[in-house]
Amino acid sequence: MTTQAHMGADPTVQRVITARINGRDVTRAVDTRTTLADWLRDELDLVSVHLGCEHGVCGACTVLLDGQSVRACLLLAVQADGHDVETVESLSGDPNDLHPIQQAFHEEHGLQCGFCTPAMVLRTKEILEERRERTDEEVRQEISGILCRCTGYQNIVNAVQCAARKLYAGSPAPIASGTGTGGSTDPHPGA
Amino acid sequence: MTTDITPAAVDAAPDGQPKRKWIGRSMKRVEDPRLLTGRGGFIADQKIPGLLHAAIYRSPVPHGRIVSIDATAALAIPGVVAVVTGEDCKAKMNPCMNFGPTTIPQYPLAVDKVRYVGEAVVAVIAESRYLAEDGVDALKVEFEELPPVVDPMKALQEDAALLHEEHGSNLAYERTFTFGEVDDAFAQADLVVSDTLHWGRSAGMPLETTGAIARPGLNGVLEIFCNSMNFSYFVWLIATALNVPSNRVTISPVPAGGSFGSKFTAHKVPTLAGFLALQVNRPVSYIEDRFDHIMNSDHHASDRYYDAKLAVTSDGILLGLDIDVVDDYGAYLQFGVGTHGNALSQGVGPYRIKNLRYGLRAVLTNKCQQGAYRGFGSEVQNWVLERLIDQAAERLGMAPEEIRRKNFIQPDEFPYKIPGGNLYDSGDYPAVLDKALSMIDLEHWRKEQKRLREEEGRYIGIGLATTQERSVFSSTEFWYWFDEPAFPITSSPESATITVDPAGEFQVLLHSQAMWGNSPETVAAMVVAEEFGVDPSTVNIRYADSAHALPGTGPGGSRFTVMVTGAIRGAAKKLQKKIIEIAAHTLEVPPEDMEITDGRVQVKGAPELGQSLAEVALTAYFFALNLPPGMTSGLEEAYTYDHPLTTLPSPDRSDLGIFYPIMGHNCHIAVMEVDPETGMTTWLDYVAVHDAGTIVNPITLGGHVTGGTAQGVGTAQLEELVYDSDGQFKSSSFWEYLVPSATEVPPMKLGHVETPSPYTEFGIKGGGEGGRMATPAVISAAIDDALREYGMRVRNLPVRPADIVAAVQAARQEQKAD
Ligand code: FES
Ligand code: FES
Repeated sequence: MTTQAHMGADPTVQRVITARINGRDVTRAVDTRTTLADWLRDELDLVSVHLGCEHGVCGACTVLLDGQSVRACLLLAVQADGHDVETVESLSGDPNDLHPIQQAFHEEHGLQCGFCTPAMVLRTKEILEERRERTDEEVRQEISGILCRCTGYQNIVNAVQCAARKLYAGSPAPIASGTGTGGSTDPHPGA
Repeated sequence: MTTDITPAAVDAAPDGQPKRKWIGRSMKRVEDPRLLTGRGGFIADQKIPGLLHAAIYRSPVPHGRIVSIDATAALAIPGVVAVVTGEDCKAKMNPCMNFGPTTIPQYPLAVDKVRYVGEAVVAVIAESRYLAEDGVDALKVEFEELPPVVDPMKALQEDAALLHEEHGSNLAYERTFTFGEVDDAFAQADLVVSDTLHWGRSAGMPLETTGAIARPGLNGVLEIFCNSMNFSYFVWLIATALNVPSNRVTISPVPAGGSFGSKFTAHKVPTLAGFLALQVNRPVSYIEDRFDHIMNSDHHASDRYYDAKLAVTSDGILLGLDIDVVDDYGAYLQFGVGTHGNALSQGVGPYRIKNLRYGLRAVLTNKCQQGAYRGFGSEVQNWVLERLIDQAAERLGMAPEEIRRKNFIQPDEFPYKIPGGNLYDSGDYPAVLDKALSMIDLEHWRKEQKRLREEEGRYIGIGLATTQERSVFSSTEFWYWFDEPAFPITSSPESATITVDPAGEFQVLLHSQAMWGNSPETVAAMVVAEEFGVDPSTVNIRYADSAHALPGTGPGGSRFTVMVTGAIRGAAKKLQKKIIEIAAHTLEVPPEDMEITDGRVQVKGAPELGQSLAEVALTAYFFALNLPPGMTSGLEEAYTYDHPLTTLPSPDRSDLGIFYPIMGHNCHIAVMEVDPETGMTTWLDYVAVHDAGTIVNPITLGGHVTGGTAQGVGTAQLEELVYDSDGQFKSSSFWEYLVPSATEVPPMKLGHVETPSPYTEFGIKGGGEGGRMATPAVISAAIDDALREYGMRVRNLPVRPADIVAAVQAARQEQKAD
């Protein structure tokens, strides 16, 4: 990756930014034209941020910016200056120690190729922190900003509902299907 | 039958019941954890020291001569390393691998001419992708525009401009096959239904594009890392294109973020990356961005225009099928017409149609080339056949399920030879239909349909389709089209190596492709677990690079699970023999008295007399003097499994032989509401029942059904690669090419019927192509049914809301005029 500043009409002007990335402050000089997605992937090795289109449609590049899902291909890295960024590694980056949401996707076969998966997992975290109960139809609406080409979504919907049960296990079950299936008792992972 | 079709695989206890511990159990995938934590290891995630990046200048014109390329400004940009053009390709490499006529050559960068919007013309190599794209922006390329050839019918006219002058015509291929007495069948028919149909151009469109990194390595070996499928089948052809000895190129498989056909033998990207790396003698990465992939990938999919006729008796018996199809293949015929071989493998569907004519013209136009997409062209035939049958049912006043049931090949008729020569191994089509009907209350929906129309003015439609899902192709389908094929290949093997290491742990080596979205590792682990009685989670799976790979063909045509299971089981048998011989020798008992159970080798009936696999492994690796005489050290066996049932076509092609015999089947039923004012549709119910033989892993098979159905929804209602009448490309991003989101795909009820194949290990059939085989047919039928009073007939896919509104308005105009 080249970051040298060129002379003349060169567009690669640099700025120093500080952002909180998965709970740690990071200060780096970045080319002003570098997208947030490329910065996370290429400079910080957070390759879970996948690039499916780079024009803001597929959602594979979704990260949480101050807790809200955003498309990292549509933001510049400099726009993350002073903000909090979460990628799926903030839940768990360890294949042997999955977070309950990741476990739910595993149990419900909510992934096939895994390319949309980090985005789907982060979006699940975001909506479940908001509230637990949703009909399947509402879950479909909530995840419709992220494309999955493999699963046909049915098992992703099931995974979101399963994650809801896991995250809220122990709190009173408000809907008939909401019996917890075990897992974490931490309702606010990564918070 | 003249062929020996004795079933090869037997897998049942004496009472006829299969005895299995793992096969058939829903098992969580062993591939998941790394993917869930963002460590999929995709091609764009690979970091290599000193890596350069390539970006592509794509043709802005549909057809033209390249007049000049001025790279001065690009090369002046600091960080731009090189600019490579088609002239370099022409001078230093051979045309790319090609299964079509040699008069239609192709290079990874256009040579002399451009033939479609988006075709790669120049590659800029730089220290970063950003700088490479700066370089592309700075290029000055001049074209002399030629008349665009867009409409495939006009392409065949005398005065049409030629895509490939050397070929002499825009007709790339033409042939008509006639099987049975087609003219007689139509003469005898009480009713002939016919239609002109168009299946629009879509594509597999995985979320991850195709990409490759090439590195000139030690000892002059060019190493290519790529996510293209079945590399061990074609690496030598890439070497030929690159003018490098085949033993000086290796391909290392990298997991793919989905393929659906789009990465099947995708060669342009690894060939280009390899060529670029050789030009600068440094590692180069070329990863398509979405524009590259949509405009310039190896595989757009079928784009077919049909004149189709079906001969029927007054009581609904189907007598004959007559298909005339023009397929708009785009600018190159790289992969030949195998997509129509797929159509012929199940040309008459699940029905007892005895007579079939199939006329094909493959046409060249100024569009991206065509290749594979889930169904490989057989799903199009399914749609055409089901369209005609629905029309026949309507004309005869029969229910859609009734006419189908009446014509089904019956369970006792298998193995069944269809017109054309392919064989269906087994099936129980009435059982699949019954199962689907039991999962949906059709009577209820038919009443509702009437009530809602009368009481609330709403339009409900019910669609039903019963279609085939052929699996496990044999390569003959790619060349039987030609009387004198250049390369009449008959192999399509798959291999596996099983190692028990000195500590007794299992390693499996697969030989044709890394993971691409389904579950090769889970399947391999389950089969090893089944064979040795170990826990599948303890089995480790690795992938060979092409320098180590045994024969393999990779995923495609729903073959992989069947074939890799055959390979693993074959290797397991060899390994079991060696394990038993070692233990028997150690324990001084006859080998035939021993068996392997629960990860131990022991005397039958006396389990305390035995050894753990770890004990046997230690002997095998470190105590050569304790081995049976003549045996060598180690505990590893490999096996190459060839196609279980294939025969040669007859020389006169009156019989195409057996080439796709492992026949799955499905029934889908959809209930939809259609709004005639807006053309929008809403799902009310969806049932999908599949028979993929013995199920290996129900949860992943279900995933193929739901995933394939979603893609069927896309093909039927949303997705289209559009070239306008000037040849400009109108769908180069996801803003125009509409991949279904969660709200457009129906919640589905899934059911399974298991009719084991008598020819495969465990009786498995392929199921990877899933719902896409049937969904376009049920959606078309449901929309027609909802708007029957307007004479709606879906003839063109995708059928968009505007098409529905236009059809309704036209019908209303006509009704007013009457
Ligand atoms: S990569 Fe950002 S939305 Fe597709
Ligand atoms: S799992 Fe492949 S895109 Fe969603």
